[in-house]
Amino acid sequence: MINVNGESMDWQDGMSVRDILKARKFLFPLLIIAINGSIVDAKAYDITIVPDEAEVKIIHLLSGG
Amino acid sequence: MSHGEPINKERKHCNVDFTLRTEYIEGWEAIRAAHRLVVEVPFTPSLPQRGYNNRTLYVNFSTNEIKEKPVTQQMKDIFIGGRGFGLWRLWHAVTPKTRWNDPENEIVISPGPVAGITQYPGSGKSLVVSISPQTDIPIDSNVGGYFGPLLKFSGFDALELQGKAEQDVILFIDGVKGIIRIEEAPLEPINSHVLAEVLTRMYAESEEDRINVSVVSTGAGADHSLIGMLNFTWWDKRRGCIRLKQAGRGGIGTVFRNKKIRALVCRGPVIKADMNHVVDFETIAKTGIKLHKEIHNNDPHQCVMRRNGTAHIVEIMDAYDLLPTHNFQYGSHPDTHKIASTVWQARCTQMTVDGCWYGCSMACAKGADGLVLKTGPYKGHMVTVDGPEYENAAGLGSNSGIFDPDYLLELNFYCDTYGMCTITWGTLCAFIMECYQRGILNLERTGGLDLTWGNAEADLEMMHQVARGEGFGLIAGQGVKKMKEMFITKGWGDPQLIRDIGMENKGLEYSQYLSKESLAQQGGYAFTNKGPQHDEAWLIFMDMVNKQIPTFEDKAEALYYFPLFRTWFGLNGFCKLPWNDVVPSNNSQQPEAHKIPEHVQNYVDLFSATTGIQITKDELLMQSARVYNFQRIFNIRMGKGLREHDRAPYRSVGPVTREEYESRAERYDKQMRDDIGIDPAGKTTDEKIAIHRKYRTDRFEKLMDVVYKRRGWTSQGVPTYARIKELGIDFPEVLEVVKPFLG
Ligand code: SF4
Repeated sequence: MINVNGESMDWQDGMSVRDILKARKFLFPLLIIAINGSIVDAKAYDITIVPDEAEVKIIHLLSGG
Repeated sequence: MSHGEPINKERKHCNVDFTLRTEYIEGWEAIRAAHRLVVEVPFTPSLPQRGYNNRTLYVNFSTNEIKEKPVTQQMKDIFIGGRGFGLWRLWHAVTPKTRWNDPENEIVISPGPVAGITQYPGSGKSLVVSISPQTDIPIDSNVGGYFGPLLKFSGFDALELQGKAEQDVILFIDGVKGIIRIEEAPLEPINSHVLAEVLTRMYAESEEDRINVSVVSTGAGADHSLIGMLNFTWWDKRRGCIRLKQAGRGGIGTVFRNKKIRALVCRGPVIKADMNHVVDFETIAKTGIKLHKEIHNNDPHQCVMRRNGTAHIVEIMDAYDLLPTHNFQYGSHPDTHKIASTVWQARCTQMTVDGCWYGCSMACAKGADGLVLKTGPYKGHMVTVDGPEYENAAGLGSNSGIFDPDYLLELNFYCDTYGMCTITWGTLCAFIMECYQRGILNLERTGGLDLTWGNAEADLEMMHQVARGEGFGLIAGQGVKKMKEMFITKGWGDPQLIRDIGMENKGLEYSQYLSKESLAQQGGYAFTNKGPQHDEAWLIFMDMVNKQIPTFEDKAEALYYFPLFRTWFGLNGFCKLPWNDVVPSNNSQQPEAHKIPEHVQNYVDLFSATTGIQITKDELLMQSARVYNFQRIFNIRMGKGLREHDRAPYRSVGPVTREEYESRAERYDKQMRDDIGIDPAGKTTDEKIAIHRKYRTDRFEKLMDVVYKRRGWTSQGVPTYARIKELGIDFPEVLEVVKPFLG
């Protein structure tokens, strides 16, 4: 189990940051993502593996026309 | 018409023959010959020094008085420019009794001290203020196009329009020759896409000069409704036609026509690098280059604004259940893909960087060329439509259940040319369609219009009725607030339901985001000065998705900071989009990354480099706070601006109907269990709706308390003496307004 923005989410072995974005339908492009407090570079979402019990913050910047 | 190489390339690409675009230039010499000069006044054109000309232009259409007014140091210190100047001039023009159609009401257009620089993207905006026919308080609207900067480079920091003409008139400001004229204009075309095209050609001295002419106009819709807006043009050299940007909200176009103004035309000098005569041009150029590079490098993998414009968020809002659908009942729809950004990409011809002022490399303006109209007075004409922006796609589209891109473009086109606000039209049509669904309206009451969800032809016909001044269109054009009152008075439905689903606050229609699941956004809409427009605070992601502002105090802090920060754009002539629709590559490493700190510093630097007044990020907020609180007190002066006016229709706070609740039952049941602490098991939907309503309404009221406190207001929403003094807006006439409330 991991925690994403304060909500529990099932964890799977080998799960990447991109997998979380897909599962949560997080399409917005301006994100700041931190795993256990460490920022993940936007270019590394596909290759960054999320460990079990991770604290994941996916901060969406502001939007709205 | 000669279009040159780029158009031909695109013509092939899009399979649209632009040479078939309908032109409206025939006979314009006869139209001009019918003009009658009312008054002509010479003036000395000037260019600003450090961003200011230190004078504004006053025109009275009742008396035909035209005069210059000085800009005092106090005006610059306290009100900065743009919306600040507009509100200050308006304050002195009106009394608490003034209503929108009184001659003393004004329309003030002001671009702000930094406006017109061509080095930094998004620096050509103007602010328009007036007493609104919809809200009876000041409305402010931020608009692109060239008029504001050309006015400024003709020699004026603002244009103040008062009085009422007897016949339709055009105000012409020639900032090259130094002439201001009022001309009676009896034969002018009425709607903007024709009128502005004709006037651009009429007042430009040559083909090359058209780029130096900008026209402000509205259309037939503004003659017969309270929701009229103003179109500001720029000449699109590559397409060989005018383009339109809108000062949309609050019915300023209606005030314009009530004054019998047919158009404003400004012809300014050729734009060059440093027309503002700034103090530190090097800093401005350096800051601009930095952002140009950032846009060039980052936009393709961030928001793709250059290709998609604001419509890039249509599918994003749908994915987060935030796209208003069927009058804000739902946040997504299976047909959204039909109006998603890819569809608009295919429809919009991106021939070049397409910006609404020089130097905007973010270039979010889009032209959908080659639309052949199916209805209305221009049926069969081929036109270029500006947009659609996100608000149009959502408001005219999903919110009314319309997912046909052709009809959506046609609705967008007619709203623009008739001079009606697309956001307002979207929300009022969605309200009407829900009333139709629920039997509050029917065929008899709409005069035969079958306003079922998705019926774009009926929607268009209703719009044409407004323009013709007939039928149910006349009722629709009064806006949601007046319709609510009318439907309730006539006993056409349950008053509570009508109040709940009519999405207006202070008389202004909501813009196009679903706020039900974000308490902060409910406040972000309802605690605004002018009414529920998202340009004060857009907090949905911070609140609902990121869970960044969980406590009331956190939300209040966001509702303190963002409305002030965003007010500042309107004081200076900036567009908000380059602030947060692209971000520096290292933004995520910065403290308070959500504020885009590097961009905030850019604005501090641009202001300081333009005016020579060194400010900090804190002073930037103070500049806004002075104007923001002054506007709040202005509202109070006009009989509003109190707690009772900041309440929201319940549709924006929570689920009103059974269908709404049941469509997201899992979410609402979970909230009831986890947040409210009540087990939903065994409860009827109506019972659950009632439990949510009490909980959500209580939280909304509590948020109001905490936000007011943070803003330095009393529990009634009145700025305290201490706050007024701290801001330096403790003028006797300001204190007189708040005295009855503060004692
Ligand atoms: S970002 Fe778009 S709206 Fe803003 S100034 Fe540039 S072109 Fe105009």
